[in-house]
Amino acid sequence: MELKRFGFIAAIIIVLFGVVVLIGSSQSSPLVIIGSMIATTIAVATPLTLGALSGLYCERAGVVNIGIEGMMLAAAFFGWLASIYMNSIFGWAALPSLISGVFFAILTGGLFALLHAVLSITFKVDQIIGGTVINILAIGITGFLNRQMFFEKGSIFGGNVPHAPGTLPSLANAIDGICNGGCDGLVNSISGTVIDQKPIALLAILLVVFTHYVLFYTRWGLRTRAVGEHPRAADTVGINVQRMRYANVIIGGLMAGLGGAYFTLESVPSFEPLMTNGRGFIALAAMIFGNWTPFGAWAAALVFGASQAMQINLQIFRESIPPQLAVLQISYIVGLTPYILTMLILTGIVGKTTPPAADGVPYEK
Amino acid sequence: MTENYMLSEARPEPRRRVKTNIVLEAKGITKNFPGVLANDNVNFDLRKGEIHALLGENGAGKTTLMNIIYGLYRPDSGEMLVDGKPVIIHSAKDSIALGIGMVHQHFMLIPVFTVAENIMLGDETVKRGVLDRKGVAAKVAALSHQYGLDVDPLALVGQLPVGLQQRVEIVKTLYRDAHILILDEPTAVLTPQEADDLFRIMRELAGRGASIIFITHKLKEVLAVADRITVMRSGHVVNTVTPAETDEPRLASMMVGRQVILTVEKGASEPKDKVLEVEDFKVNSQRGLETVHGISFNVRGGEILGIAGVQGNGQTELVEALTGLRTPTGGAVRFDGQEVTGSMPRTMTEIGLAHIPEDRQRHGLVLSYTVADNMVLCDYYHPPFGVRGIIQQKALDENARKLITAYDVRTPSPYVPASKLSGGNQQKVIVARELSRPVKLVIANQPTRGLDVGSIEYIHSVIVKMRDNGAAVLLISAELDEIMALSDRIAVMYRGQIVAMVETKKSTREQLGLWMAGAHVETA
Repeated sequence: MELKRFGFIAAIIIVLFGVVVLIGSSQSSPLVIIGSMIATTIAVATPLTLGALSGLYCERAGVVNIGIEGMMLAAAFFGWLASIYMNSIFGWAALPSLISGVFFAILTGGLFALLHAVLSITFKVDQIIGGTVINILAIGITGFLNRQMFFEKGSIFGGNVPHAPGTLPSLANAIDGICNGGCDGLVNSISGTVIDQKPIALLAILLVVFTHYVLFYTRWGLRTRAVGEHPRAADTVGINVQRMRYANVIIGGLMAGLGGAYFTLESVPSFEPLMTNGRGFIALAAMIFGNWTPFGAWAAALVFGASQAMQINLQIFRESIPPQLAVLQISYIVGLTPYILTMLILTGIVGKTTPPAADGVPYEK
Repeated sequence: MTENYMLSEARPEPRRRVKTNIVLEAKGITKNFPGVLANDNVNFDLRKGEIHALLGENGAGKTTLMNIIYGLYRPDSGEMLVDGKPVIIHSAKDSIALGIGMVHQHFMLIPVFTVAENIMLGDETVKRGVLDRKGVAAKVAALSHQYGLDVDPLALVGQLPVGLQQRVEIVKTLYRDAHILILDEPTAVLTPQEADDLFRIMRELAGRGASIIFITHKLKEVLAVADRITVMRSGHVVNTVTPAETDEPRLASMMVGRQVILTVEKGASEPKDKVLEVEDFKVNSQRGLETVHGISFNVRGGEILGIAGVQGNGQTELVEALTGLRTPTGGAVRFDGQEVTGSMPRTMTEIGLAHIPEDRQRHGLVLSYTVADNMVLCDYYHPPFGVRGIIQQKALDENARKLITAYDVRTPSPYVPASKLSGGNQQKVIVARELSRPVKLVIANQPTRGLDVGSIEYIHSVIVKMRDNGAAVLLISAELDEIMALSDRIAVMYRGQIVAMVETKKSTREQLGLWMAGAHVETA
């Protein structure tokens, strides 16, 4: 069953890569294309992976979280804002500003998750509504503050959008910076390869492994899954259901916050209203597709990453697209691929997935 | 191999001499819920190594008392002593620490966890940050073997039969060194043989010094296994007796407060034409798995066919498919000779089906509607209740008052929400609605589950009356006693198949129990 699922994922990724290799073969060698595709896939999958992990912590503990999108958007904004503040108002250097930005993004995710926890665990508000509240709140707050702080006359930045401190350096650049030019050999061997990723992308992969370990090999994970499956059973053996749920929802928020930081501190050095663009929901889909397991969710995130990579690469090789596949020249159509894949995958190509039994059910003593 | 070992141990031990040191004592416990005095100055004590049965109807206060002992409720007044020392128990954690373990009626097990994971949950052994699954599994295996409770620690709980799940629950309490065990209605989900096995285990545990509180409403079991019996009724302790000085009728009248007729009075059946014919019927469960595998039977007018079986052997799906709530995947159903396979519920109702559903609160009533409204749920759309799309309040009112009197529904008025009624009265509302119509077939699924003795007596008499008036009755029940008391013929369902079909007169409890447990039928 699980093998089938992973086989299916591998097949989709191979098809997506194959399309690009075939089309681009007149301009570039297949190895180069595949290398670049893998690198892009991993990078693009980062917020989806982190979003899916966010959902995993929440839902394994029995709280549905459809507010990942909003948590990531808010984190993207506040993280970016913090980095600008540190950089242009307090005069910090670029790298410390960016790192503090990441810290603030994570904190924002955690605070929004705390709100979700209060609504859904303490007040037992319908969890779909709680998540929707988060999403709408995030759109409102970020859009409003973005306009008020940067574009209104007399506002803090008085209409002059300050220079953001750039984006986080990739692994090769970071090593280069640390060694101060002293380890060129290592830098050159990493530079341009698949592992030359930026820090959040690498951290996301480590967090996938970490989450798997926590969920399935530790006391914390056993208890988390217990409150997500049968909270009363957990209660009767002395586990504090509310506390476990609160903690996991907040951990989920921290994950979403890190995912949000990817948008404005790692991918591009700017904020746009609505810039998460549905990634939070695709992350949720990846979590479901991955059957509520970290590796499954990561694999699904890679599928969506690969379809993004295909889209990006097809634009590069646009002239080489044969006339029979002219439809692929229309970037809108190719840009739809991740979303169409989401729909196809979720409408049952992958077969049945099983959510935690008490997912979305408030616990009444 | 282990099975053989266990069977050889299965003979009942001679009754032990009753020891007198008291391990648990509740003194003057009073607990008030809004509008209900659930426990009124209750005294209860448990001696070391005894099996003390707590007998009473639903709502008698047994569960409240146990929840107080287990720390889920706080008493308004009264005192608890464990091993002679006064204690205040705030939560399950405290009671576990005091050595009290509870096996809940609805198992507190996580189906997707293994036996070992379920047992260690909340009391995990961790080695360098990682769960010590191997160590716990070995400990569980040793512990369960020691008490003759063998169960595979690595099996997934959801894949174990109910009887084994119950063992896991018991091992779970032993793993936490419980010496006081509370078993809440433990036999409700067991076959008679599994229940006997449980009694053997209980005696074994008591023999090794554990003290057991056994909550039940089944008189036979109490007399078979208990050292002492405390009977509760409406929040009071009526009496504490030993099995030697009492019998079933006396216990029943203590429980109910009046003389009770324990046997159902019914004459011989006079079967007429076939009303319901079911052929090669197949039904899938909610999860899309086939749970009824091509079964065939028929029910004649004037007879009661009982379907015996442990819960979860396809009865729910069978009834849902017969009543139109679920679409069958194969086979045929004929009603009075007419094909009705997969008909809508309304069609079935209109041609003369009365359905008393398994879950009365979810499928039998609209709880927030008044009693009067609930009584016309099958008929509201046609005269005299609905005229040109308008509900006729007067007709509803007359109907409700008539049925409330005829079916002895105890309600302050026809206009209180059904949710305010007791379980027995809710069931009477359903029975009144379903059976006051002209019906040819009654399908009653667990019609007396969770009801008090008085209501059970009444519902049973109504079902027999329907039969005597010529209706065909299909009775589904997990209570073998109920099946045997009411049915003219008995079909036994096991894993989605009818494994046996016998006349009640020619059947024995033991044989039926074996079939319910899946024993091979030679004649098949």
